[in-house]
Amino acid sequence: MNCEKYIIRQISLFSENKPGRLASMAKACQEEGINILAFSIAEADGFGVIRALVDKPDLAHKKLTELGFNVAFTHVIGVEMKDEPGGLYEIASKLADAKINIEYSYAYSGKDRAVLILRVDQVEEAVRLLLGNHFNIIASSTIH
Amino acid sequence: MHCRDPRIEEMPLEDLRKLQYKLLKMLIYRVYSFSPFYKNLLNAAGVHPDDISSLEDIRKLPFMEKKNLRDNYPDGLIVSDREELVRYHVSSGTTGKPTVVGYTQKDINNWAESVARGLASAGIGRGDVMQISYGYGLFTGGLGAHYGAERVGATVLPTSVGNTERQVELMRDLQVTSIACTPSYLIHIGEVAEKMGISIKNDTLLRKAVVGAEPWTEQMRIRIRDWLGVEAYDIYGTSELSGPLFTECEQQQGAHLWGDLIYPEILDPDTHEPLPPGEKGELVVTMLQKEGLPIIRYRTGDIAALNYDLCTCGRTSPRLERLTGRVDDMLIIRGINVFPSQIEHTLLGIPEIGKHFMIEVDRTGALDDMLVKVEIAGDSFSDKITDLMKVRTKVERALHNALNVAVKVELVEAGSLPRFEGKAKRVIDRRKL
Repeated sequence: MNCEKYIIRQISLFSENKPGRLASMAKACQEEGINILAFSIAEADGFGVIRALVDKPDLAHKKLTELGFNVAFTHVIGVEMKDEPGGLYEIASKLADAKINIEYSYAYSGKDRAVLILRVDQVEEAVRLLLGNHFNIIASSTIH
Repeated sequence: MHCRDPRIEEMPLEDLRKLQYKLLKMLIYRVYSFSPFYKNLLNAAGVHPDDISSLEDIRKLPFMEKKNLRDNYPDGLIVSDREELVRYHVSSGTTGKPTVVGYTQKDINNWAESVARGLASAGIGRGDVMQISYGYGLFTGGLGAHYGAERVGATVLPTSVGNTERQVELMRDLQVTSIACTPSYLIHIGEVAEKMGISIKNDTLLRKAVVGAEPWTEQMRIRIRDWLGVEAYDIYGTSELSGPLFTECEQQQGAHLWGDLIYPEILDPDTHEPLPPGEKGELVVTMLQKEGLPIIRYRTGDIAALNYDLCTCGRTSPRLERLTGRVDDMLIIRGINVFPSQIEHTLLGIPEIGKHFMIEVDRTGALDDMLVKVEIAGDSFSDKITDLMKVRTKVERALHNALNVAVKVELVEAGSLPRFEGKAKRVIDRRKL
């Protein structure tokens, strides 16, 4: 099975924990007409990592690198989950049973569906497992 | 081996010592007779020129310090007639009153000759195009290297400092083969070139760099060689002596100090006792032939070691090992001596971080806190917080092992730390405030 179409390129930025960094990233996206579909910030002592799914990842990478950010692509998957109690449990428990570790994750709840973005240690296995359990995984083409 | 002056460069040590004694004796008589400042200095120390009857007697002479130059601003230490002076250089005065040095024609000639011997010993000469990226003007770096490069017959490109993109273009377009600049500026040039899509290693003919004016390390030499394809040779001098004066030969085992021009001593900074060869201490120098502003037992404040073993190149003069730091740069953190060069040395061995760093020192209560800021390298950025924390811990451990004192490390964005075009100032010590 070809899992590739389900692997989404998430853009990650290293950012110092100081005022203005997020604004400067967001401004660049606005100016270039890049839409941010999902987004999270993880913070540690003194620095943070901004992660985002955007509709034009290559353009975002180029522009943000030019602005001086450390930018990297990370492969993540997006799984539709039921927007009701137990929706997250369904997915998380399946991965747990298969011993697939979730390194981090964030979610968004849109008009018609909730989506869980996952970074896992075994991407292809996770895709196979979730498809096999009839979850709807977002194709990367619907984002980029 | 190409010697500019084999009589001096290969002079047997015994003969060299005789020459040095003769020059010292003449120097002391001259300053005692013609300079009220030196006469007072010697009188206060209870020394008469007649008391100097061997080279070892130099230890009877009093020290000079930067303070003497500052206190005698502008020209109280100048010994020659004013009309004999052909040039002034003036220090920046960033750490106090500026110091003025006056040069006679002979001083300029000796200075150029000293640099020329060094460049020749590093294999730079006719047919080379040498970019001088030290500042020109009141600062001694640019003109010092310039006159030496002209004397060996190189084609000089006097770019001075700044406008780095243009420096890179000219380096490529005019087929520059060697450069003189600070090591940190060379790194900066390399980074700017990369941004412009130019590889110093593959797209230019630059192969040799004569770098100095700030402490640097063997790690940095290797990094410059691997990354830029450039062999780096150390150059030493300070504005009080004449600016850049002494460089390494092709063996890269320390800068040859020409014995007809300088008599160096390495002393314990506190007790002023001489230290054995190879041991690190404060470099104290006597310039044996300077006319305009003689320098006798001048405490340079530089921490260095001397190597008296015969160099494999055949030159007999002692070699100055690369500076570890300065007496006044030395940080005392929780009672432990720390030199920024040790930190640089350690950081250059860690590929996950960039080449630049800043040190910030604070005092919390009675305890010193040292924070080292390092840039996360572009290609080693992982978006997992745990990976970044691992890098930080790795740097903290490496610094702790090297310095024997706990260091806090902060990861900052690539390109966010200051870049230096002249001497790097990497320490912010807020304890003094």
